[in-house]
Amino acid sequence: MNPRKFLAMFSAAATLVFTACSDDDDSTPVNDEELITTMEVTLTDGTDTVTLRFFDEDGADGPTAPTATVSGAFKASTTYNGSISILNETENPAENVNEEIEEEADEHQFFYVTDDLGITTAYTDNESNYEDANGNAFTSMNPVGITFTLTTTASTGDGNLRVVLRHEPNKDATGVSDGDITNAGGEPDVDWTFDISVE
Amino acid sequence: MKKLVLLSLVFSLGTLVISAQDCDKTLTGKVIDFHDGTPLEGATISFNNETIMTDKEGNYMIKGLCPISYAFTVSHEDCNSQVVTIDISRVSKKDFYLEHHLNELQEVKVSGANDNQTNSAQEETIGENIIEKYGSASLGDALREITGVSSLNTGATIVKPVIQGLNGSRVLIMNNGVRMQDMEWGDEHAPNIDINTAGKITVIKGASALKYGGDAIGGVVVIEPNKAPVKDTLMGKTTITAASNGRGGSVSSEIIKSYESGWFIKGQGTLKRFGDFEAPDYVLSNTGVFEKGGSIAFGVNKFTYGWDAFYSYYNNEIGVLATSHIGNVDDLISSINSGQPDIIRDFTYEINNPKQDVTHHLGRLRYFKRFEKLGKWTTQYDFQLNQRLEFDIRRTEERDKIPSIDLELTTHTILSEFEFDAKSIYKLNTGIMARYQENFANPLTGVRRLIPDYDKYDAGIFVTGEYDINENVLLDAGIRYDFNQIDAQKFYLISRWEERGYEQDFSDIVTDRNVIGSQFLTNPVFEYHNISATAGVQYTFHDDYELRANYALAQRAPNPAELFSDGLHHSAARIELGDLRIDQETSHKVSANLSMNKEKWGWEVAPFLNIINDYILLEPVDTELTIRGAFPVWEYRQTDARLLGVDAKVFSNWHNNWRTDHSFSLVKGNEIDNDEAIINIPAPNFNNKITFSKPEWFNFKASLESQYYFEQNEFPNNFTVFSPDAGADVVLEINTPPDAYHLLNLDTSMQFKLGKKNELSLGLTVNNIADTTYRNYLNRQRYFADDLGRNFLLRISINY
Repeated sequence: MNPRKFLAMFSAAATLVFTACSDDDDSTPVNDEELITTMEVTLTDGTDTVTLRFFDEDGADGPTAPTATVSGAFKASTTYNGSISILNETENPAENVNEEIEEEADEHQFFYVTDDLGITTAYTDNESNYEDANGNAFTSMNPVGITFTLTTTASTGDGNLRVVLRHEPNKDATGVSDGDITNAGGEPDVDWTFDISVE
Repeated sequence: MKKLVLLSLVFSLGTLVISAQDCDKTLTGKVIDFHDGTPLEGATISFNNETIMTDKEGNYMIKGLCPISYAFTVSHEDCNSQVVTIDISRVSKKDFYLEHHLNELQEVKVSGANDNQTNSAQEETIGENIIEKYGSASLGDALREITGVSSLNTGATIVKPVIQGLNGSRVLIMNNGVRMQDMEWGDEHAPNIDINTAGKITVIKGASALKYGGDAIGGVVVIEPNKAPVKDTLMGKTTITAASNGRGGSVSSEIIKSYESGWFIKGQGTLKRFGDFEAPDYVLSNTGVFEKGGSIAFGVNKFTYGWDAFYSYYNNEIGVLATSHIGNVDDLISSINSGQPDIIRDFTYEINNPKQDVTHHLGRLRYFKRFEKLGKWTTQYDFQLNQRLEFDIRRTEERDKIPSIDLELTTHTILSEFEFDAKSIYKLNTGIMARYQENFANPLTGVRRLIPDYDKYDAGIFVTGEYDINENVLLDAGIRYDFNQIDAQKFYLISRWEERGYEQDFSDIVTDRNVIGSQFLTNPVFEYHNISATAGVQYTFHDDYELRANYALAQRAPNPAELFSDGLHHSAARIELGDLRIDQETSHKVSANLSMNKEKWGWEVAPFLNIINDYILLEPVDTELTIRGAFPVWEYRQTDARLLGVDAKVFSNWHNNWRTDHSFSLVKGNEIDNDEAIINIPAPNFNNKITFSKPEWFNFKASLESQYYFEQNEFPNNFTVFSPDAGADVVLEINTPPDAYHLLNLDTSMQFKLGKKNELSLGLTVNNIADTTYRNYLNRQRYFADDLGRNFLLRISINY
C-alpha cells in the first residue's frame, strides 16, 4: 500500500472517530443521597422541651459553616425523654434519614456522650422496635438510641453533649450497649458536640 | 531491501580482501546481551573463513585486518546469526549487541547506533532480570531501582512513580507505544499496567523525549514488551512468584510463535493474588489485591514494512487499609498521636470496602513502512477505555454496594511520524498526533461528582533531530506544539460557586441556574497552547567518559482534578478543591550527566535544576466543619517552584566475584518567592549493595542491599485546628514527616539449563530482613499504620 493511500484511510478513520463521539448530552445532576442538613434532638420532661438543633444548608460538600442552636437550659435533677431526628432538607419533601437507620437498626447506634455536671443518658429503645426494609422486625435487643433519656443532677453550669451515630459498630463490645463509645469502633455518620447548660 | 544490499556486499567484499594492502589492523570489542548488558561468553564472530570466539568477559580481538569494509557474522547460542559490515579503515573498536532468547533478533545493534530514547537527557533502563524480580509487585516498585525515582504510595499496593520529585500528570507513561490515559491525576491512582508485560523499561528524567508528549515535566516511563524474533520458533516463559507477606503471589506466562517470514503471534497473561499485608507488629487489614491481566498481539514484522494489532486487558481490585478510612479530623489526630491502627483484624484474602476496582482496555493498530534512502514512516491508532470504581463505607449496607466514584474514560489517539534516518550524520523525526477523550461520571453513585463529565481534544506536532558533529560529539534538539481543549459539564453548589468568587469571573459559563440541590450547571471550555523544546549535547571522551547536558522547556495544561475538584473525597477523607483559574505550568529544566565506565569501576553524577513557573500543587490548608466533624481541606494552588537535586552512582568490581554498587539521590523543592518547602518531595536516600557472583555455580548470584532513607526535614508548615475531642485548638501534624529508617534486603538467584533450549531460574528474595518498623513520608497511609514487615519471595522462571 502506498503511503498516500494509507494516510487518506487514516484521516477517514479519524473523522469517523471524532464525529461518532461528539455527543453533546447534558450531564444528569447528582443530589448527594447521603446529605444531612438537619439534626434535631428533642428532650422533654412532660412540661418543658429543650431542642438541640444542628443545621448545615449545603451539607458536608458545601462551604457554608453549619450552625448549632440550643433552645434553652435544662432543669437540675430532672429526667428528660429524648428522641433524635435526622433530615435532608435539600429534598422536597425533606428526606427522613431516620427511616434508613431504622431499616438497618442492627448496623447503627447513637451515642450521647458527656462527662459534665453528672449528666447521664440511657437508651429506651432496642432493635426489636424497628423493622428492616422487608417489614420484618429485628429480634435482637441491642440498643439503637433513636429514643433515650437524659437525667441531670443537682449540679448546675455549662457542659457539652456529644451526639454520635456510628455505622457498623461492634455492639457486643464491652460497655457499648450501655452507651459507652470507647470500644464501639465503626464509622461515624454523625459526630457533633452541643454546648448545653443546666440551671 | 537493505538485507539484499548487505548480502551482495558480503560477496563483493570477499573478493576485495585479496587485493588489499597493509593488513595489520585490529578490531576489538565486546559482544553484549542487548537486554541486560551482560557480556556474552562463547559468542562467535566469523568473516571470510575465520572464526573468533569471545572470552569470559565477552571480549574479542581480531588481528590482521585490512583497511576495508568487512562483513562479520556474529552469533551466539539461542540467538540468530547476524551480519554487520564495518569499515576497518575507520573503526578499530566495536561492541556487538545480540538479542537473546525471547527478544528481538531483527538487527544487531552496534553501539553508537544508539538504543537510548534521547542522546542528551538523563535516562536509565531496567531489563528483564529486574522486571522479573518485581513480577508480583507493581511497576512503581520496580522503577524505584532507578536512582532518582521514588514513589507516592497509598499503602503497599497503590504505587505511583515519582521522577526527581514529580509525579502524576507530570510523569508520562508509554505502554507499548501508547500514552496511558488512566486517570493519572489522582494521588491514589496507580498506573493500570501489569509489570509482567514489560521486556524493558526506560525512564527519561525530564521532558526531553518530545515525541511522546510535551508535558512530561517530571519525565517519561517507556515500557516496551519483548519483541517477537524473525525466525521460525515457538517459545515462551512462565514466572511464578510466592511471597510470605500477603501470603500470595503471581503467575505470569508468555508464549510467542513466530516465523522467518516476519509473521508472529503472541499471548501473555498474569494472575496476582494477595491477602492482607503485614507490618512487623500487626496485620494491615483490608490491603489485599486481586489483579488479572492479559494481552494478545499479532502481525508482520519485515524489514521494509510491518503492521501489528495489540490488545491488552488489565483489572485490579485493591483493598484500601481499613483504618485509613477516617471519620473526621479527630480520628486523624488520634491516629497520628497513637501510632497504632484502630482496626486490626485477622488475616484474610477478602477485600472489603473501602476498595478500588479499576479496569483498563487498550487496543492498538500500527503500520510502518521503510522508504529506501529516506527513512521509516509509522502510523498508529489506539483506543483506551479506563474504568474506575471506588467503593466506600457508606451510611447503609445497601449503599455500600454502589461505588462512590464511577468514572469511565475513553480515549482515541491517532499518530503518525516519519523518521528520516538514511544519513549517518543526522537524523530527523517529525510527527503529528490527534486525540479525543471523553470522561463519563456515572450519576447513579448518589455522590456528587468529584471529576465532571468532559470532552477533551488534543493535537500535537513535533520535530526532533540529532546531528553527529564528529565521532565524539552529538547534538540533539527538538520542538513541539500541543493544543488542548477541555469542554466540561460541571455542577457547582451555589454556596461553593459564591465562596470561590466564581460569580464575578465566570458567570457567563453558567448554563442552568435551577438545578436540584441548590446547584448551578456550568459549561467551562478552556483552551491551552503549549510549547515545548529541548536541546542538548552528548560528548564522549577518553574512551570511558561520557558527558550529557540538556535543557528542556515544557508546558503542561492543568488536569481535570486541578480545575474541577470540589467536595468531600470520601476515600481520602478530605475536602479537595480545584480552581477554575488555574493555568498551565511551565518548566525549565537543565540537567547534566557525567559518567565514567571502566571494567573495574565506574561512576555517574547527574545534577539537575528544574524551575517550574506556576507549579500546581495540592496541600492541606484548613479544616471545614461538617456533621461528621471537621475534615481537612486540601486546595490546589499555583506558585513558582524550584527543584534542585542530584543523582549519583558508583560501582566497583573488586574481584572476579565481588562487586559493590552505591547510589544516592537528593531533591530539594522550594517555592521561589518565600523559600517555603514544597509538599511531597521525596527524602534523600542512600543505597549500598554488595554482590557475589559465581558463574560456575549455575550462574549463582547473591546480593545484600542496604537502603537508608533520611528524614525529610524540609516540609510545609502544619496548622492548628479545633479539636472537638480536646475542646481546644491543637496542631494538626499533617505535614510532619516520619523518622529516617534503614532497610536490608537480600536477593539470590541461580540458573539451570534444562535440555538444549530450556532454562530454569530460581530466585529467593528477602525484603526488610530485620523486620524494621518504619513509615515513609511519601506514603499517604503513614498517618495510620507502619509499612511492610519482612517478606520472603520465592520465584521460579522457566524459559522454553
